[in-house]
Amino acid sequence: MGLESALGEGYLTTRLDALVGWARKNSLWPMPMGLSCCAIELMSAGDPRHDISRYGMEVMRFSPRQSDVMIVAGTVTYKMAHVVRKIYDQMAEPRWVIAMGACASSGGMFRSYSVVQGIDQFLPVDVFTAGCPPRPENLFNALIELQKKVEKSSVLDYRDRKEPIIV
Amino acid sequence: MSEQSKITQDFFESPVVTSNLPPKEQRTKLLQALLDMDPDISFDDPLENDMVLNMGPSHPATHGVLRILLRLDGETIVSAMPELGYLHRGYEKIAENETYHEFITHTDRLDYLQPVHNNVAYILAVEKLLGLEAPPRAQYIRTMLSELARISSHLVGFGVMAMDVGAMTLLLWCFREREKIHDIFDLVVGARFTTSYARIGGVAQDITDEGLAAIKAFLDQFLARLDEGERLLNRNRIFFDRCRHVGVISAEDALAIGLTGPNLRGSGVAMDLRRDAPYLVYDQLDFNVITESEGDSLARYYVRLAEMKESVKMVRQCMDKLPAGPVHAHEPKKVLPRKERIYTRMEELIHDFMIVNFGVDPPPGEVYHAVESSKGQLGFHIVSRGEGHPWRLKIRSPSFCNLQALPQLLKGHLLSDILAVLGSLDPVMGEADK
Amino acid sequence: MNTTVESVVKELRERFGEGVEEVREFRDDVIVVLHRDALVDAAKYLRDNTDCPFPLCEDVFGIDAYERTKRFEVNYHFFSLDKNVRLHFKVRVDEDDAVVPTLTGVYPSAGWYERETFDMYGITFDKHPDLRRAYMPEDYEYYPLRKDYPLMGVPGDLPLPKRG
Repeated sequence: MGLESALGEGYLTTRLDALVGWARKNSLWPMPMGLSCCAIELMSAGDPRHDISRYGMEVMRFSPRQSDVMIVAGTVTYKMAHVVRKIYDQMAEPRWVIAMGACASSGGMFRSYSVVQGIDQFLPVDVFTAGCPPRPENLFNALIELQKKVEKSSVLDYRDRKEPIIV
Repeated sequence: MSEQSKITQDFFESPVVTSNLPPKEQRTKLLQALLDMDPDISFDDPLENDMVLNMGPSHPATHGVLRILLRLDGETIVSAMPELGYLHRGYEKIAENETYHEFITHTDRLDYLQPVHNNVAYILAVEKLLGLEAPPRAQYIRTMLSELARISSHLVGFGVMAMDVGAMTLLLWCFREREKIHDIFDLVVGARFTTSYARIGGVAQDITDEGLAAIKAFLDQFLARLDEGERLLNRNRIFFDRCRHVGVISAEDALAIGLTGPNLRGSGVAMDLRRDAPYLVYDQLDFNVITESEGDSLARYYVRLAEMKESVKMVRQCMDKLPAGPVHAHEPKKVLPRKERIYTRMEELIHDFMIVNFGVDPPPGEVYHAVESSKGQLGFHIVSRGEGHPWRLKIRSPSFCNLQALPQLLKGHLLSDILAVLGSLDPVMGEADK
Repeated sequence: MNTTVESVVKELRERFGEGVEEVREFRDDVIVVLHRDALVDAAKYLRDNTDCPFPLCEDVFGIDAYERTKRFEVNYHFFSLDKNVRLHFKVRVDEDDAVVPTLTGVYPSAGWYERETFDMYGITFDKHPDLRRAYMPEDYEYYPLRKDYPLMGVPGDLPLPKRG
């Protein structure tokens, strides 16, 4: 810690990446893209028992302009896919996507003509969450995994995603 | 004319939105300007033009992915047209390709606020087709859990309606109570949310004393908690002013447009299939059919509130009357055998193999069975050709039919009244879009 | 058969004669198979008769009978609040001439049900005020619940946004 001893007490040096990552990580504002059953579990995640605000994420913003992470909760149909994509495009960078539940991740149990078999066909997804629907606990698991990923990401190139996380 | 312009033209010339439209030549001019993407269009009297506003499909207050096209004159709604299909998952097509047992899990996701009730409704239709009846204990358990599911569904309807008109607290309180019901389901069914509990000829597993005690503990405190919420709203001037005389529909209009359930009873029509065409064990229970005469949003809210109390009464009666006995009908070729027997006995192994792979063997025919769900009349029409899977399964989903009344309910109201009306209709898009 | 339903069916037979093609009963569900020309009048009779009025049209939906000579069937459910009985109508139409008169004039609630039937089967309803697709996109060219339409759809029939 050579620099800090030179500057004296009261100073802390760090990498910008670490500082920004830490700040971003603790204020992920979700855009709840509630589509079907998972939306109810997403609402349950905000209820007094599960209390999503423990992770600094209770600020649900229904405007894409104000949010950082889109939680796609539910079955995405072909008709809805264009809307989901449009909302994603409106979000400010940096932005992340959680595919909540089997339907959003892979089409789930709906193997039919109108259901998109996984939103990764038209969106870059950071975390896939298992469950139909996932319990709120598993959603928190996904959020914590996302926080880890956000913390590690670089300021300049936050998109250095290698593999999506599956929880 | 291209396909796109045809659609646009259809919209402008659709008879549904003709009222209060600008004159024909202005419409044509507007349409032409839209088609040519001409931004410099002007009219002689710009104030004559109504504004078309899109609400949804991603909107916090549209209960999912409902999209409403609104024609506005200032802030007044001239006409409204809901647009559905953003959650159309093709249930009916899926059902034609699955056995009767496999489809049970899909019914969970129909009206996802009350999965148990949908399971039971579907199974009752299948049992009617098979000419089979579950033993009394199973029927009582089904009734009990259906009523609990009705409470949990009304809680969301209640909380979300309050949130939409500005009382956020109530939503949190309602979800607190809902979590308790989820805990009961976790204990009794094995899953908190998507239950898949009913089986052909019975239920998945018997209810334990622990489960019964949990239900009793919930009921003992529930009415007091509900009362808290009720006090919060019933003395709230804002809530009253926003809901009273909003979205009024008369009894005749409500029947003509096909409203059912609490929405119809809010208009003063005492129609409740639990009493009118009893299924399960409702004919042995003592309960009142709640009606309100005003037919506005507030009336529909009152009906839901009172129905929760009736449901509590019914669950208590079921618990008192719960008979002992098996929870599966003795029909080896139709009812899935118990797991422990499959592992130890040849007969059951064969039956299990046949039921799982080829399905039950229903007689050819058509049946329709409807139940009173928390949204209205939920019915399943099954066309069987004697195969293991239905030839056609039609779901009569109450939310779809209730939404049809929306244009009528919204006409002439202010933009902000949409939330009060939509909240009081309480549609679930999973069911409306199928 | 329930006596109330029986008298209604008897009355229908008398009034419409050849219009009532068949009456079927299975597990207490009574289905009156009608010729399409008799449908609207029969529905009017159901709604307006005084003995047992059926004010509620619960549902309208199609069935693809596929290999039969008349391919499509349209089913109607009516419920009587006074007597608490249910009656079903059925109309059979040919694939080449899949047109059924609309019931919206008698039961306004049929409007959306018929739209859904049109969306799923391509059965058109004559004089329907607003016959658009109910669920699928408006420019969609197939009718998904027909038996010759595959479960997973036709590849590429519904576009997706680019991933980019």
